[in-house]
Amino acid sequence: MKANHKNKIKAPLTVEQKIRRRTFISFGVFAALGTGAVTGWNWLLDAKEETPGITGGTRAPLRRALNKTELFFRNFFCNKHLAKTYPIADAVKTPRVNGLIGIEDDEDFDVSNWKLTVKLRNQKDRHISIEALKALPKTEIVYDFKCVEGWDEIQYWAGVKLSDFLAHFKLEEEAQKQYMGLETPNGAYYVGLERESILHPQTLLAYEMNGKPISIEHGAPLRLIVPAKYGIKNLKRIGTITFSDKRPKDYWAEQGYDYYSGL
Amino acid sequence: MKVIKEKHSLLMRWTHWVNFPVLAVMIWSGLLIYWANDAYGISIFGFSLIKFFPEWFYDYFHISGRLAEGMAFHFLFMWFFFINGLLYIAYTVISGAWRELLPNKHTFKEAWLVLLHDLHIRKAIPPQKKYNAAQRIAYTAIILMGIGSIATGLAIYKPVQFYWLCWLCGGYHFARILHFTLTIGYVFFFLIHIVQVLLAGWNNFRAVVAGFEVEEEQPQLKEAPTTTEKTEDKDESKS
Repeated sequence: MKANHKNKIKAPLTVEQKIRRRTFISFGVFAALGTGAVTGWNWLLDAKEETPGITGGTRAPLRRALNKTELFFRNFFCNKHLAKTYPIADAVKTPRVNGLIGIEDDEDFDVSNWKLTVKLRNQKDRHISIEALKALPKTEIVYDFKCVEGWDEIQYWAGVKLSDFLAHFKLEEEAQKQYMGLETPNGAYYVGLERESILHPQTLLAYEMNGKPISIEHGAPLRLIVPAKYGIKNLKRIGTITFSDKRPKDYWAEQGYDYYSGL
Repeated sequence: MKVIKEKHSLLMRWTHWVNFPVLAVMIWSGLLIYWANDAYGISIFGFSLIKFFPEWFYDYFHISGRLAEGMAFHFLFMWFFFINGLLYIAYTVISGAWRELLPNKHTFKEAWLVLLHDLHIRKAIPPQKKYNAAQRIAYTAIILMGIGSIATGLAIYKPVQFYWLCWLCGGYHFARILHFTLTIGYVFFFLIHIVQVLLAGWNNFRAVVAGFEVEEEQPQLKEAPTTTEKTEDKDESKS
């Protein structure tokens, strides 16, 4: 009897049995992996929001991924990679106004009293007038301004190259620091830029748009134009500039956007 | 008699089923991004036919006001989409499976016959290997579309650093339209794919999970009336 029983077990499977067995195992594994995927997805959806700091507003694992991806793509950044430029005739006559944070909420602002403040460590703050900036060599650029929302527009800006500005005002040593922070005079809007983007040859402190002084809603008297970044980094109405080795605070990075936002 | 016939390799099944949810997340997060500037539509002679997308669509899928979230998801899952796709392409190249997948010189003529067959206009179907002519075109096109999505995606993600790629894709503005159009293409592919899978039945579907198909094989050698006794004998001796 016993021997007989053993023989039964060892008997080769019929084709029908093989089909049933393989189907069962495959669909079992498929269901298990599927459940794993759903569990993983729910974990990501329910993941805690990052602790608000320099960056904020997104799920902690997604922020880690954004930062890692940013570091990876920064490897491709080069100051010789330029945003495409266009003839002046291609530029739009009335560029789009998209955001007025730091401008519409500042009723005390007076353009005629404006001076650019450069905050320095262990030194007195520098105050620079618009005339002093206009006395420097003027750089023009016509390029495709890209908004993080997805629209783009060919715009014509002119001003002083940020690297020229740093050289002229003997700020190169300060600019050796990893980051530059820029804020509106009332501090309502602020951005941080890493060193490579500051020194990019197309990065301007702009005071002209379409050959005329910049209008109030486009950031008079001086705004940042940084073609290697999305529009959110192109601060309007610059009030103060700071330098640091830590990432300066950044308005949209606090609201879930990538800190780098580079193009 | 039933016979088990191996059909799809493990890697092909794996990449297929990984791609499905990953592409779904890419399309969903892409919509969260697109919402922020939903400028696209189709119009003929100035008459707007379709506007992507109507308000109820955004409401129903809770798409509004989630741009930052969409970007965060998109820029994470792009890695999985890319790596999975690369794995599949590398596999088809190395294993030689590309021979069954790439269209050949007969494919385009045959695909027409397959289409007529599927629409019940024509009864006969051209002889086929693992994939028929229409499948060869569809499964090659979807891979080209995937490569297109990666290329246009990278072109609009880093248009300054990858300026040459952006140029190849027709510039930033056009690359973005292409990227969007490819996504619409995936949705159409998916719809047709689902219908075809439903029509093809259980045996075909099981093969994409379990890897094998079950075929009815007539034991021809023994039952078929023999014309020459000698060949039959030879066959017998071989086995």
